[in-house]
Amino acid sequence: MAYFKKSPWLIHYDGSSCNGCDIEVLACLTPLYDVERFGIINTGNPKHADIFLVTGSVNQQNVDIIRNIYNQMPEPKVVIAAGICACSGGIFAECYNVMGGIDKVIPVDVYVQGCAVRPEAIIDGVVKALAILEERYARAKAA
Amino acid sequence: MKTIAIGIAYVILAPVIGGLLVGLDRIISARMQRRVGPPILQPFYDIFKLLQKKTVVVNRLQNPAIFCHLFFMIATGFLFFEGSDILLIIFVLTLSGVFLVLAASASGSPFSHIGAERELILMTAYEPMVLMMLVGIYKVTDSFHFYAILESAKPLIVYLPGIFVGFLYILTMKLRKSPFDISYSHHAHQELVKGIMSDMSGKSIAMVEIAHWYENVFLLGLVYLFFGFSPVLGIAAVILTYVFEILVDNTFARFRWELAFRSAWLVALVLGGGNLIALYALMGGA
Amino acid sequence: MTALLFLILFPLIPAVLLLAVKHDGARGVITRLAVGVIVAASIGLPWLMNAGLPVYFSFDAEWAGKAMFFIEIFLAGLIFFLGLKYKHYLTSVLITLQFALMAWYEFSLSGTVTIQQHLFLDRLSLIMAIIIGVIGGLICVYALGYMRDFHDHHREMPDRRPYFFFVMFVFLSAMFGLVFANNLVWLFFFWEVTTLCSFLLIGYTKTAEATANAFKALIMNLGGGLAFAGAIVWLAWSGGPLELKALIASPQAMVMIPVALLCFAGITKSAQMPFSSWLLGAMVAPTPTSALLHSSTMVKAGVYLVLRLAPVLAGSYVGAAVALVGGVTFLLAAFIAISQSNAKKVLAYSTVSNLGLIVTCAGVGTAAAVWAGIFLIIFHAVAKSLLFLCVGTLEHRIGSRDIEDMDNILIKMPTLAVMVLIGIGGMFVAPFGMLISKWAAIRAFVHAGPVMSPILILLLAYGSAVTVFFWTKWMAKIMEVSVLRTGHDPLEDAISYDERFAHWAHTVLTIGVCLAFPLVSSQLVEPYVAEVFGQAAGMEAGNLMLTGIMVALILILPTIAFPYQRKAGYVFGTAYMAGLNEYPDRMYDGSLSQRRKATLKNYYLAGIFGEEKFMKVGVLAGTCLLALMLGAALL
Repeated sequence: MAYFKKSPWLIHYDGSSCNGCDIEVLACLTPLYDVERFGIINTGNPKHADIFLVTGSVNQQNVDIIRNIYNQMPEPKVVIAAGICACSGGIFAECYNVMGGIDKVIPVDVYVQGCAVRPEAIIDGVVKALAILEERYARAKAA
Repeated sequence: MKTIAIGIAYVILAPVIGGLLVGLDRIISARMQRRVGPPILQPFYDIFKLLQKKTVVVNRLQNPAIFCHLFFMIATGFLFFEGSDILLIIFVLTLSGVFLVLAASASGSPFSHIGAERELILMTAYEPMVLMMLVGIYKVTDSFHFYAILESAKPLIVYLPGIFVGFLYILTMKLRKSPFDISYSHHAHQELVKGIMSDMSGKSIAMVEIAHWYENVFLLGLVYLFFGFSPVLGIAAVILTYVFEILVDNTFARFRWELAFRSAWLVALVLGGGNLIALYALMGGA
Repeated sequence: MTALLFLILFPLIPAVLLLAVKHDGARGVITRLAVGVIVAASIGLPWLMNAGLPVYFSFDAEWAGKAMFFIEIFLAGLIFFLGLKYKHYLTSVLITLQFALMAWYEFSLSGTVTIQQHLFLDRLSLIMAIIIGVIGGLICVYALGYMRDFHDHHREMPDRRPYFFFVMFVFLSAMFGLVFANNLVWLFFFWEVTTLCSFLLIGYTKTAEATANAFKALIMNLGGGLAFAGAIVWLAWSGGPLELKALIASPQAMVMIPVALLCFAGITKSAQMPFSSWLLGAMVAPTPTSALLHSSTMVKAGVYLVLRLAPVLAGSYVGAAVALVGGVTFLLAAFIAISQSNAKKVLAYSTVSNLGLIVTCAGVGTAAAVWAGIFLIIFHAVAKSLLFLCVGTLEHRIGSRDIEDMDNILIKMPTLAVMVLIGIGGMFVAPFGMLISKWAAIRAFVHAGPVMSPILILLLAYGSAVTVFFWTKWMAKIMEVSVLRTGHDPLEDAISYDERFAHWAHTVLTIGVCLAFPLVSSQLVEPYVAEVFGQAAGMEAGNLMLTGIMVALILILPTIAFPYQRKAGYVFGTAYMAGLNEYPDRMYDGSLSQRRKATLKNYYLAGIFGEEKFMKVGVLAGTCLLALMLGAALL
């Protein structure tokens, strides 16, 4: 039996965004949504995390950092692109320094839309990601 | 024989009790923040999940040290409930702490490094009080052994009120509660990216966490000693102490290390030292 | 008795030979052979004696006394002359006073005193002799390799190795004499020889700093020697016993003044608080000297004497003052050690601190305290010597004695690094010896009396907390590894065989003493304590077993856990640098895309535990306590 569903630890990284989505991510932790009910912890450390939740787009400055955080997360892991900027670059897509969505750099498993992304949507995305996480663990175990 | 059985029972049951206590802690803390909080079994889910994760290490020294940390922590509690010399046991506890510091500084991450240094400062901060407490207990009961102290049936809390309050002060450090959670805290979002745990993952975190549960139960065992003359009162005191620590955890902002260190030494000197001096003055030197 | 005389006199033969021989190979052969003999003889003492301990030897030694007095005249003249030559006039003044006292004794008082038993061997002497023979001998072997390297590194200094080895062996001889002497006048003679030897060794390099520090050591120890001479004269003048055995057995009131003077001498020699600076200054000397002074000779002579006097000190005001001097030294030296990053200074302050604890045990003077004190001497000698020898070799290999430069030695010199870790572990961590002795000391201090107990417990509680801090952070530094292993590193191969032999022997001893601890306790220390105090002291069987199991575990566990992780499928990753890329050697992508190096340094808390501040406090407190001690003796 896998326990990823019961204890998803999450690291949140903000690429280049307007901070709207970040506020919504933090809103998930507030008493109104209280994601700790589901065992979700916002760890702030890639080595502890199962889920990499990125808001904002990738630019020349943060591309290495996104890659580094992703690489430092131990397997199994999933990536959620939260908000339209993380999915595709959003309204910043045409900027001279923006490379586009997160999937330009690392493989993204779940795309969550919205500008800014709503907390309900984020939680929904995490739930989706957990199914992938469990599947990935099962596959690794079988291999 | 019976005492060894109790020691073994500790080794088996302490993680269960410790885990449940942490689960309870998270729920109570959540309620204090007007949240619902996770299920009470959440700490166990976390550990099981961590065991299923891959473990990434920065170098080969990290994990043997963490393993020794866990091992000697279990040994500490086992020996305590088995009735060995508590003074010796406290040194085993220090040994366990030293291994944790070594594990953290092996990684070479600045966050881990500062965490390790702060952990050391905390160890230095609480150690005098612990020693004074043991000497105080010995002075009253003439023993360093768990069961002999209980059998003496002396109301330690009456003899050692200052030492007990001083011990509560450093207990906050040992339980890794705010305001003294400067080296690592069980709260999610914090400075130093979880300090000494920065470079641990998977099984390493699980081992440190389980060691912490063992430690918590052992520490509450020490609290129990003060009220050991009446088991009901003792258990009530243990529960009250734990709830009190949770309250402190949720109502204080984190101290800087200087304040943590200086205040702990001062408290130990005034309350611990004062209590000891009074004790010797009243009971004589023999 | 022949065995004792042999141990005292035999080291003089290699000493003279080594003074004459200039050839490096021959020096090696002589030193190794001589050390072999000394080690065998000191360990074999109980069998060579062919008698139950303790044994006292009474014989007519008119000639020996005369010879010693003549040597004393010569040495006094030498010191007097050196004092004038280097313009340290206080030296000349002190030696004149001291000599005047001894001449007074020799010419007018000695006729009235009869000394029967000149030499003796009891279990404490035996323990000391084994420490001197084994540890001191190994240090001499180590010095062979070290001094060769030393002169390779410091070409500007004159190579005076024959002289160096001469003094080393004379030192060993004097130390043997010191621990075998029952006759206080003889004891004093050997005492002064060790003072002179340490002076010569500290000043070996002849730099301005070395000379100044050598004189500092000489002046302080001559002060102690003056007190010693005073004690002898007082005893002779007042008709008191001039034999150690009789002195210890005397009623307190009769001998309090000479005992206080002797304690004063012991406190100067063991570098307690007002006098600590001489031992720290001695760090300028080559490492074998430091190792010798700190572990098996010199300072151990000081604590040996005080520990001998423990039965007379027990419960007296003088004893209380001695205990407080030790306690304050223990605490303050440990405080200062936190703020130091120079490895040799950390070792020096920790020595001062541990000696403080031994002196405290002696001052408390109960059976349990003395038991703890003797074990502190044993464990400290072994572990501290190991650390000095390792640091000395490290310094030559990595070119620094700063602890901050000791990261990555686990990759560059794995064997040596593990030895340093074992040495440090031996100094402060359960279940190693020092900690066990500290545990015993706490238990002894609990019964030190209504006033002394809480004070000593407080001093010890704070002091030992601080001890954990400065040792652990050193260990942590060694655990730090930031470079990748690049095959075999030649650094470790360059260590000479002599040095390696000494390292290995010390490491085996450090662990071996912990394992043999129950045996040492039951065969040597407990009988000694029982014989002097008439009461038993020691450790419960359960605790003995526990420490034994733990020593085994602490060796086995890492060796099991180490290979296990490969099987467990652990993967390697980079250290967490807040998301920044990290490269080998702890380089990372810093701002403006510059590749930078991250450096990690330990905390030294200099604002709280400054050297200057606490040294001043220590000197003041130590001086006051010593004044109190002498005052208490006079009353």
